[in-house]
Amino acid sequence: MSGPNTDYDPVEVTPLHAEEVERTRDEALTAFTGAADLAALQEAKTAHLGDKSPIVLANREIGALPPQARKEAGQRIGAARKAINEGFASRLAVLEAEHEERMLDTERVDVTLPWHTPRLGARHPLSLISEQVADVFTALGWDVAEGPEVEAEWLNFDALNFQPDHPARQMQDTFFVEPAGSGKVLRTHTSPVQARSMLSRKPPIYVICPGRVFRTDELDATHTPVFHQVEGLVIDEGITLAHLKGTLDHFVVSMFGEGLEARLRPNFFPFTEPSAEVDLKCFVCRGASVGNPDRPCRTCGSEGWIEWGGCGVVNPRVLQANGIDTDRYSGFAFGMGLERTLMFRNGVEDMRDMVEGDVRFSRQFGMEI
Amino acid sequence: MRVPLSWLREYVDLPDGVTGRDVAEQLIRAGLEVETVEESDLTGPLVVGKVLTYENEPQKNGKTIRWCSLDIGKDEPQWVVCGAHNFEVGDLVVVVLPGAVLPGGFAISARKTYGHVSNGMICSSAELGLGDDGTHGIVVLEPGEATPGDDAIELLSLSDDVLDIAVTPDRGYCLSIRGVAREAATAYGVPLKDPAALPLNGSGSGGYPVRVDDAEACSVFVTRTVTGIDAKALSPRWMQKRLLAAGMRPISIGVDVTNYVMLELGQPIHGYDKDRLSGEIVVRRANAGEKLMTLDDQTRELDPEDLLITDDSGAIGAAGVMGGASTEISDATTDVVIEAAHFDPIVIARASRRHKLSSEASRRFEREVDPNLPRYAAQRVADLLSEYAGGTVLPDETVVDTHPKPAPVTLRADHAARVAGAVITLDETVRHLASVGCTVEAAAADAVAAPLAAGAHAPVLAEVGSTSVGSTSVEGDDLLTVTPPSWRPDLRDPNDFAEEVIRLFGFDNVPSVLPAAPGGQGLTVSQRRRRRVATALVGAGLTEVVSYPFTGDADFDAMGVPADDVRRTTVKLVNPISDEEPSMQTTLLATLLRTAERNVGRGANDLAIFQTGLVFLPKAETKPAPLPSVAQRPSDAEVQTLYDALPDQPLHVGVVLTGALAPTGWWGKGRPAGWADAVQVARLIASVVGVEPVVKNVELAPWHPGRCAEFSVGGPDGTVIGHAGELHPKVCQAFGLPARSSAVELDLDALIAAGPESIAAQPFSSYPVAKEDVALIVPAEVAAADVQAALVEGAGELLESVRLFDVYTGEQIGEGKKSLAFALRFRAPDRTLKENEVADARQAAVQVTVDRFAAVQRVG
Repeated sequence: MSGPNTDYDPVEVTPLHAEEVERTRDEALTAFTGAADLAALQEAKTAHLGDKSPIVLANREIGALPPQARKEAGQRIGAARKAINEGFASRLAVLEAEHEERMLDTERVDVTLPWHTPRLGARHPLSLISEQVADVFTALGWDVAEGPEVEAEWLNFDALNFQPDHPARQMQDTFFVEPAGSGKVLRTHTSPVQARSMLSRKPPIYVICPGRVFRTDELDATHTPVFHQVEGLVIDEGITLAHLKGTLDHFVVSMFGEGLEARLRPNFFPFTEPSAEVDLKCFVCRGASVGNPDRPCRTCGSEGWIEWGGCGVVNPRVLQANGIDTDRYSGFAFGMGLERTLMFRNGVEDMRDMVEGDVRFSRQFGMEI
Repeated sequence: MRVPLSWLREYVDLPDGVTGRDVAEQLIRAGLEVETVEESDLTGPLVVGKVLTYENEPQKNGKTIRWCSLDIGKDEPQWVVCGAHNFEVGDLVVVVLPGAVLPGGFAISARKTYGHVSNGMICSSAELGLGDDGTHGIVVLEPGEATPGDDAIELLSLSDDVLDIAVTPDRGYCLSIRGVAREAATAYGVPLKDPAALPLNGSGSGGYPVRVDDAEACSVFVTRTVTGIDAKALSPRWMQKRLLAAGMRPISIGVDVTNYVMLELGQPIHGYDKDRLSGEIVVRRANAGEKLMTLDDQTRELDPEDLLITDDSGAIGAAGVMGGASTEISDATTDVVIEAAHFDPIVIARASRRHKLSSEASRRFEREVDPNLPRYAAQRVADLLSEYAGGTVLPDETVVDTHPKPAPVTLRADHAARVAGAVITLDETVRHLASVGCTVEAAAADAVAAPLAAGAHAPVLAEVGSTSVGSTSVEGDDLLTVTPPSWRPDLRDPNDFAEEVIRLFGFDNVPSVLPAAPGGQGLTVSQRRRRRVATALVGAGLTEVVSYPFTGDADFDAMGVPADDVRRTTVKLVNPISDEEPSMQTTLLATLLRTAERNVGRGANDLAIFQTGLVFLPKAETKPAPLPSVAQRPSDAEVQTLYDALPDQPLHVGVVLTGALAPTGWWGKGRPAGWADAVQVARLIASVVGVEPVVKNVELAPWHPGRCAEFSVGGPDGTVIGHAGELHPKVCQAFGLPARSSAVELDLDALIAAGPESIAAQPFSSYPVAKEDVALIVPAEVAAADVQAALVEGAGELLESVRLFDVYTGEQIGEGKKSLAFALRFRAPDRTLKENEVADARQAAVQVTVDRFAAVQRVG
């Protein structure tokens, strides 16, 4: 710490003596440089730049000088004051910076500490995957269509070529609404939305319909009486099975990654003819596990393909029942189970986890699947 | 349908070395759903042994084992321990030797047991993977069937693969080895040896008298008679083995033969004990009140729609579903009348459903059986009974046949190619149609039908002889006339034929083309806003859950919903999962509170969950939904009737908060989630969709009577769209939730409908704001929202915003009163406000509260 300067006599500084002015300046600069903190600097400022400081007093003397000496003295004093001011400012900046640094250092916290505002919650993954599917198809220009869950039996079955006594109608174990013969059911699939779309829209129709459906299965590790499907329907001129394949290939790539594809296996559904099962090339092993016991694949059971859903060319009888001109239009439809998709896509092992509403199930996904 | 590969090979020359898996893959490509392939994992040595000696040795555990010596074709006898007793010295048995592996991976080694070293084991049917043969013992071969030391794997064809096929409703013919063989023959491009192609030796008349009263329900009825059988004869081992492999238990020669022919050809057969028949067989519908005891010893009340086989004694069988007990073949039977008939699929399907009786026969008739089969199937049964039960086949035969011939269908020659969007030549089209058994002719403009091809597998039973396949003279837009084979009644429409062509052409060969949609409009406003609500709730820390929509009285009782509450009027199910929950939810909370209960029960005390889902609100008047014709589109009025018959199903959002919103921590004390948080969540949802709801206190279960907010839209007398607040203490208790848990339920559809279509931007002022605080003492029961509304009303246009920042009750202001403090902000669009302008506006605002609520300004 430097103390106040006491061994000078301010009145002895005369602006005419350059060496005195320079000494005064140097003393001031030395004092500033020697100030260890802002308080000391403030004291030095008072001593060397204050009203009674030698340089200020000397400045006042200039007026008393003979006119011919004033100019030179003024310049001399001015230069010295400037230097002193600058010396002060630069020391001030240094000390302020040091002061701030010390202060910030004392304010250090542990940023890993928790806080009391709520954490982000979570969507249910079934909602997230429904939305992802909807986004894939809206990007293609399709609409997202919806329908009720208590549905007219006619829309759930008859309009889709499920004839009243055909075994296919028994394949889907149906919840019937009271009273018996009410003509109302819990929809067994999202397909009645197909019928609703055809009844309410004019072709071309390009719709995707995610939704909840119901069948009288007991809940176990792979079955649930309440589950979700997504259904796609296209009605347009000249639609063919090739368009169905193209759409499914695009869907597979969008949901599971580049380089994958769909495979169709002939099957039977009343509302499509021809009909097929959709398989998805295994997105984990990409077929490498087939016939390769050293590299078994849990996702596809080393089959190389994963069963995904059903599809086909819309049966013209369905078009006819829903008022679509079969001479002009044709169409295709496909449908998948979303629980099943999540099970193999995200490795969910037990169906019950998905339907019981345990928050821990949703929370592991957050906002992404 | 379980198909042993060895049986299939009998009718199809499959290439050597082809395995069950190979065949399964080909059949899957052809559209059969092969669910599993059971591959035999049995390895020898497994040999025939002759029992030389045995000693019965009682054991401490109460069992008696046999210590046996067996001749297995070697110099020294083989000594084994056996637990079964159904054999004698000299019997031929099947012996598994050390080193072998039995089905299921059971490795056999010499091992010490019951005081002996057993060098192998005598096998039962089940141990050989043949299923339970009903003997409760080991397999005893027929004398002379084999020589000791013979390889039993070959003898019993044990290394057989079995394909299990889930037959879809359109492929009824594949519920037979014959049908699957036809598909396999096509897939491998090899000829089919049709098992139905057997010589008929019936005379076509003179058989057991039959009258068919309902020719539409029963279009074919054939009988043959076999006399003098030994009903106690055992069916041959190969037949038993095939029956077991196909999943049926051998019972007796009479039953086994009919089952065997059904599996082989797909034609269900029924055999009657001729001596127990009385008079003419009449096929007719049931009379009211008529009864029948079926083979399963159940007495069934018949419906006038049921089709019956009857004789003078009354009903002797439910046609196509199950035979009757009174004419059943027994051990004493000598003469058998064989029935092979064709029944209408719908008649059988209805009867089967009505009586909850699904049999092997009904499953086949429901899917329709080849109407040309009955004579051949009856012949086959007669031949087998003659061969293995020593019967005599009478030439007399009853043949009733009014079944129409398959109708030809005309379609564009390039129809399959147009459906597929692939290049499929006419030659290919014709070839594939022929290979499924169709007869194809060119329907040329000059009406001269030129045969192009006949079904490759048709000659035996179809009337058309084989002709040369293919012609290139037909153009794409020409027409083809295609007649399906008798076994494919599902082929009716042009697309049905297209499917056959495309599946044989190969779905893999169809190109992949993404269609260009005309351009959509993205998500609807409602869809978009629903997503935003969910996102906002997640941002506020809530977790989305799902739950089943089923509910019942227990839920309503737990929620304290009064008996006459409209929410107890529900849509009910005829066949609910649980009788306790027969209803569809009318409030999301019924099921969401159960979900909360489950989570709390699993240790999650601090819970913030939400769900969106439909609720099901019955209409005042419930009408059945009609079933209009599918021949054409229903009229707009009919469609409207369909829609109107359904209950209202609005989308709701429900929220449950329990425990602490913020836990106690290093920052200080935690904060419980309370009524105000619930109300705030509801406000958040409303504001996400751009709605400023009206909120007021109401009393409603399941909420605390003093802490329930009703939300409405469309002004003070608008529509109620939901509630939020603290749950009634009894409800918390009933659902096992922490005290002071809270809940929200809003009609999201109604809320979104009340939202703005779009928002017009308002200019905002850059002039300075003037801030004024005002504290008002009002009666305690006056709602803060009403006081605030009064201030807004009184303050006029200069008021920019108002915010309640303090509520005070206490001695200073007297009992029954409360003080509400509001921060008011005033601003003008075009100028800096003068002090007196602000003071006037403030005073005007206060004045309305004075007038309306006798409010008193609190000073200081």
